[in-house]
Amino acid sequence: MTDQTVNPSLRESATFGRDVIAEIQRAAETGIYDIRGGGAKRKVPHFDDLLFLGASMSRYPLEGYREKCGTDVVLGTRFARKPVVIDTPVTIAGMSFGSLSAQAKEALGRGATEVGTSTTTGDGGMTPEERGQSSRLVYQYLPSRYGMNPDDLRKADAIEVVLGQGAKPGGGGMLLGQKISDRVAQMRTLPKGIDQRSACRHPDWTGPDDLAIKIAELREITDWQVPIYIKVGATRTYYDVKLAVKAGADVVVLDGMQGGTAATQDVFIEHVGIPTMAAIPQAAQALQEMGVHREGVQLIVSGGIRNGADVAKAIALGADAVAIGTAALIALGDNHSRFEEEYRRIGSAAGFYDDYQEGKCPAGISTQDPTLSKRLDPVAGGRRLANYIRVLTLEAQTLARACGKSHLHHLEPEDLVALTVEAAAMARVPLAGTSWIPGHCPPA
Amino acid sequence: MKTYDLSSASLRELNQSLHDVDPTISEREWRIVSPNGAHNIACGLDADISVDIEGHAGYYCAGMNQKASVTVHGNVGVGVAENMMSGVVRVKGDASQSAGATAHGGLLIIEGNAAARCGISMKGVSIVVKGDIGPMSAFMGQAGCLVVCGDAGEALGDSLYEAHLYVKGHVASLGADCIEKEMRPKHVEELGALLRQAGLDEDPAAFRRYGSARELYNFKVDNASAY
Repeated sequence: MTDQTVNPSLRESATFGRDVIAEIQRAAETGIYDIRGGGAKRKVPHFDDLLFLGASMSRYPLEGYREKCGTDVVLGTRFARKPVVIDTPVTIAGMSFGSLSAQAKEALGRGATEVGTSTTTGDGGMTPEERGQSSRLVYQYLPSRYGMNPDDLRKADAIEVVLGQGAKPGGGGMLLGQKISDRVAQMRTLPKGIDQRSACRHPDWTGPDDLAIKIAELREITDWQVPIYIKVGATRTYYDVKLAVKAGADVVVLDGMQGGTAATQDVFIEHVGIPTMAAIPQAAQALQEMGVHREGVQLIVSGGIRNGADVAKAIALGADAVAIGTAALIALGDNHSRFEEEYRRIGSAAGFYDDYQEGKCPAGISTQDPTLSKRLDPVAGGRRLANYIRVLTLEAQTLARACGKSHLHHLEPEDLVALTVEAAAMARVPLAGTSWIPGHCPPA
Repeated sequence: MKTYDLSSASLRELNQSLHDVDPTISEREWRIVSPNGAHNIACGLDADISVDIEGHAGYYCAGMNQKASVTVHGNVGVGVAENMMSGVVRVKGDASQSAGATAHGGLLIIEGNAAARCGISMKGVSIVVKGDIGPMSAFMGQAGCLVVCGDAGEALGDSLYEAHLYVKGHVASLGADCIEKEMRPKHVEELGALLRQAGLDEDPAAFRRYGSARELYNFKVDNASAY
């Protein structure tokens, strides 16, 4: 126990800590599981457990300010007539209008467009604001099919068939009644104010063979113009990626357990799925075995991307690009300390706020309250997001140049070592100072 | 009338031709022969044209249809008229599961039987089935009407929102939050209009109406056993 205001002789239980006690008492009082937004809060092996091996004698570095390090990515080269070309490997993950305000969606579009990358719709359909401000917009095709229509489908630059997300693999969407405003209700063909729990399975296909036909249908409807992504939550990643490729995906989107959500049960967020770092090597292996890794099917990775080091490490492990969700909202102003007083008023604090489902977001991001929403200026928010993505890109380039790479895609697992045995096993790179990859080759 | 023979022409060629139609200058009547159960026939149409498919069709026939009138002279596979927005799709035979799934508008007529999940997540479409429907039909149905002249399988209307369900025959069981409701004059009128549009000589008074009890619209712990 570190709190100095209590008797230092008191010992807090490691099993029944104060947060555990509070949750048991909350559950006993309400009879309802805890629902919240965001991703896993528990500590799991992550990119911080990896280090790059910079160039020295055996590798030749590139000049930081003089020699080019490419960052462009082409997504959807397998079947689509019009692949999506992005200037930075950092994309914006799918987040719905409904979970987010229209201003937040517009800001995401503005920021992404400013730096030449893509943004993504979410459960609830495509808004004109989002389409209008997004030069590259990925349209999510979800089990609920809220707001789904062929006109918007044809307006999209890519289609993302969502099978799951890292925060809740195997779970459906959730948008509680307080966020079902008139506009959200109209877009989703639902009564205002109800708790919307969208399905966890698609209504008209039940397995990978059916999915192949579904993807063929989407291609027929869009005349084979745009790429089709398949998004999966990280669980049995090796097999899921193989099946996604077999089903006809142009791009696989892999979301690790640190990936966020607008709302779901806390028990789901914390106890289902695997860490992002553990999932990438499985996906890369599957793509390599099928002969499509960086040669036809691209891999986008999300879930806990925070800085350029995370971007570079994800790419080194096998990703072609990354997607950010939680970090993008933070860049817009989520959990900003300037709202500290208001966070406290609703029982939270800056840096801790995760009750996105309540619609009371002081930053005007995860809300449908018109007064709160107005606090977010989409132009200023877009600029902040663009700045942030530029920093991620520059940081990733810095690391790649140090490893002697003239393009981020030249980074490879051989550039990495792990700080812990767990990270070495999951990322399939050697423990630092050794040649030992647990589970893959014997200790040196 | 323009005829496409799918034993010699490709599906891609057919669908592209249908997508390129300009009803003011193009042929408005299309006939597709030798479909041989092909998937994705006539999906994504967006013109006031008439398409006759002479035989059986596979998955997602007339998927996301807008404006067009499509008739299948045979059976159809999974997801006929899925996510239809408008227009009319008529199936002379039977339909596999998820017929009219998530459809927002238009009229889907199935002259035979429809399998499980008919009208799943329907969002405004009208579906008229002359025969029976399978289990879990109208699951999470949000809006629109499902009319069944025969029997309905288990768990009809589970987790229903605002869709209207009319069944003439036996209902094996109702799903969570779905109840029988009074048949008021406006419902008789609504049902009668749909039966006429479908070309079925049925008496609306012989049907029973089912809808949402709206007890599960907002989570209450006392309803936990219903989930």
